[in-house]
Amino acid sequence: MSVSFLISQAKSVQKVIDENSAEIEVLDQKIGDGDHIFNIQRGLKLVVELEDSIKDLPLAKALNMIAMKVLSGIGGSSGALFGTFFMTMAKSPDLDKDVDFNKACEMIISGIKAMKERGKADVGEKTMMDVLIPVSEKLNELKNKSEFKSGLNEVIKIAEERMLSTKDMLATKGRASFLGERAKGHIDPGARSSQLIIDTICKSVINN
Amino acid sequence: MKKFINNNDDFLKESLTGFGKAHSDIINVNLDPSFVSRKNKTKDGKVSLISGGGSGHEPMHGGFVGHGMLDAACPGFVFSAPTPDQMQAAAEHVDSGAGVLFIVKNYSGDIMNFQMGAEMYSGKNDSIVTNDDVAVEDSTFTTGRRGVAATVLVEKIVGSLAENGGSLEECKKLGEKVNKNAGTMGVAFTSCTVPAAGKPTFDIGDDEMEFGVGIHGEPGRKREKVQASKTIVGNILEAILDNLKPEKNEKNLLFVNGMGGTPLTELYLVYEDACQILQSKGVQVTKSLVGNYCTSLEMQGASITLLKCDDEILKHWDSPVHTAAMRWGM
Repeated sequence: MSVSFLISQAKSVQKVIDENSAEIEVLDQKIGDGDHIFNIQRGLKLVVELEDSIKDLPLAKALNMIAMKVLSGIGGSSGALFGTFFMTMAKSPDLDKDVDFNKACEMIISGIKAMKERGKADVGEKTMMDVLIPVSEKLNELKNKSEFKSGLNEVIKIAEERMLSTKDMLATKGRASFLGERAKGHIDPGARSSQLIIDTICKSVINN
Repeated sequence: MKKFINNNDDFLKESLTGFGKAHSDIINVNLDPSFVSRKNKTKDGKVSLISGGGSGHEPMHGGFVGHGMLDAACPGFVFSAPTPDQMQAAAEHVDSGAGVLFIVKNYSGDIMNFQMGAEMYSGKNDSIVTNDDVAVEDSTFTTGRRGVAATVLVEKIVGSLAENGGSLEECKKLGEKVNKNAGTMGVAFTSCTVPAAGKPTFDIGDDEMEFGVGIHGEPGRKREKVQASKTIVGNILEAILDNLKPEKNEKNLLFVNGMGGTPLTELYLVYEDACQILQSKGVQVTKSLVGNYCTSLEMQGASITLLKCDDEILKHWDSPVHTAAMRWGM
């Protein structure tokens, strides 16, 4: 993981999210209040715009700047959660040394753990954590394997299955929890956007 | 969508700037990070009250900054929680050393961002979370009830105690009491349109209403045919009374709140219906508030809040207040 990797991933994710924005917006209007897609798009735009200010910085500093940008520029639950994710990654030890696949997995795992604590949500509550927690568990299995590219295909599959599984869940956390039974039958918008992000990044790592 | 708007990115900034100019005798507006604060500095020894939340609920919360109520308010984007740097900057700006009490509505985004703001602020601080909406179930396993219109009452009543020298602990205790003594339920006839979305948040038929709607147009529990006001008000009050169970001799404040698109004529009619129904049930109404205080953009609809009042609550409700949206006694 490097600063240029982060920037190029942010650009690819931005493209994919934009392509799927109408779908995410509709999902959020069904069970939320419709702000999720705008928050995610605003956040990605802000991160992509950081390129010139972070491209020559060490990784820890760049991650910290991304964290502060996300935290102060997005708002809502997404801002707090993704801000927490990047802030935790920035605090990882030994970021001045080479960050290989194992190290990157560890950073992502600790970032997702911090998001779980911040949002106080676990698997089965119809939130983005339904995708992120199983993905983090899979990365934990993969991190010491030499052949990780095939493992990333499994990550992609897990993210998709878990995203789809939110459809029939009752929500107990977040805005959708106020709906009771009426939240059933709709995929959680945060689970969908998280799955798209994971899908995009994994595919790009596999193809490089 | 038909709205007074120049472009989406500047919507909030332009509105806040206008708010600042219109009420320059009471408040200052700081941009980047955005917060509204009192024009006069918090006096030494006075606990500072800071609230905030997504925009689109005006006059909440910026309209409640001023003598006898809030010291600062942090507005987020429309219907999105404000960010931790706003809370941190507001706290640093207003805290006179006596500490800061954050007043937060029970929505996940607000809770998380206020928590982070509180962690980032180095001074003494504490928080209270309002959750007065009886439309949704409360349970330790869920996010719980939403914080809605009673937040206005909490801010007024705790604001008075803070103005009169209450400590951080005392302010928190009173705020929790007011929240616990209050119950709210709302009904929507139409949706609202978030400017960035450009279209209504939900579809609703001409003859339908959303019973138990939240303050972001998030669906409530039931979609029903519109009924006579007395029937709607009766159903709302039933849910509230069931929850609050006021005693026969207890005094109550009745708050009819407009969602933004319903005229005052209708809100007063709702107030009259509510008074009659409460009287028939032996529930005493001694204080009133009617108007648009906790809105959902241009949504048509209203919420009713009942607050059980003891002498302490009554005293602090009646005490002077001077804010952009609420003023009496001075």
